[in-house]
Amino acid sequence: MGDRKSERALFKAALIDTLPVMSGYIVLGIGFGMIMKSAGYSIAMAAAMSLLIYAGSMQYAAVGLLTGGASFLTVILTTVMVNARHLFYGISMLDKYRDTGIRKPYLIFSLTDETYSLVCGDVPGRDHGEQTSYRFYVSLLDQCYWVLGSIAGAVAGTVLSFNSKGIDFALTALFLTVFLDQWMHTRDHGPALIGVGASVLSLLLFGASSFLLPAMIMITAALILKGRREVS
Amino acid sequence: MSGEMRVWAVILVIAAVTAAIRFAPFVLFGGRRGTPLLLERLGKILPSAVMGMLVVYCLKDTQISQPGSILPAAAACLVTGALYVWRRNSLLSIVGGTVCYMFLVQVVFA
Repeated sequence: MGDRKSERALFKAALIDTLPVMSGYIVLGIGFGMIMKSAGYSIAMAAAMSLLIYAGSMQYAAVGLLTGGASFLTVILTTVMVNARHLFYGISMLDKYRDTGIRKPYLIFSLTDETYSLVCGDVPGRDHGEQTSYRFYVSLLDQCYWVLGSIAGAVAGTVLSFNSKGIDFALTALFLTVFLDQWMHTRDHGPALIGVGASVLSLLLFGASSFLLPAMIMITAALILKGRREVS
Repeated sequence: MSGEMRVWAVILVIAAVTAAIRFAPFVLFGGRRGTPLLLERLGKILPSAVMGMLVVYCLKDTQISQPGSILPAAAACLVTGALYVWRRNSLLSIVGGTVCYMFLVQVVFA
């Protein structure tokens, strides 16, 4: 680890970069906490889910599984289908999370969509240790927002004076800016176009509730074929 | 199994499966031998493809035939994108796009 001053600077950078996630996670966390509470579950359960599962869309889906009394097999299959996209994050962070020491398990555990979007790029001028510290602070801050939001929502119940309808667009906007940033910093736009194209195609073919898995398969196949054509 | 016990069991099962998915690539390919070449190449180009997929994922429930659904989403995406291309400041662009979206769904298409 570097000296304390640079650690502080990295923490500050992480705090600023996670502000959009903060707004999205606190609001979505509150929403999750409120749903849990109104479905009759305890604050401890809502908090435990945000601490231990820490996967937004899966936690929303879990409330339905709990109230519907789904079987364990259904629970497992739903979790795999909703969260399979996290395999992609791991594959693209394999090298970046190599030699990250004691923080490695937490870095991997906390790799959500939003955290991934902030940690997948390398910031120029930072060494591996500094990148790791920054990624660790981003990961930890993001989960803090999510847990705090969930507890706040479960405590507050259904009372919320501020009309937050539509604030979840913050997360869409976050992904869109990362997408544009990557677009402007790469010459080969093939992967980006494959990602959008395969997802839209899959959405049209399979519908909103089950398009992710086929989209992932199409993306992987297209990227492998593309790579093979370029090598040969 | 009592009701409360079952809830905790379901929570733990979801947590275990989610963690297993997140750890799987590292357990399978993170060894000392290094990342297989195919995955290394895939890992380098995946971020752009995945961000494209996530944008589509976020917009998946948008109804193209309903103006109250498609117009706020399209306008807010344009505002987010235009602000980003103009100022290269992600916070400004996310706040701008989100405020635009909230105004449209709460006031204009309420």
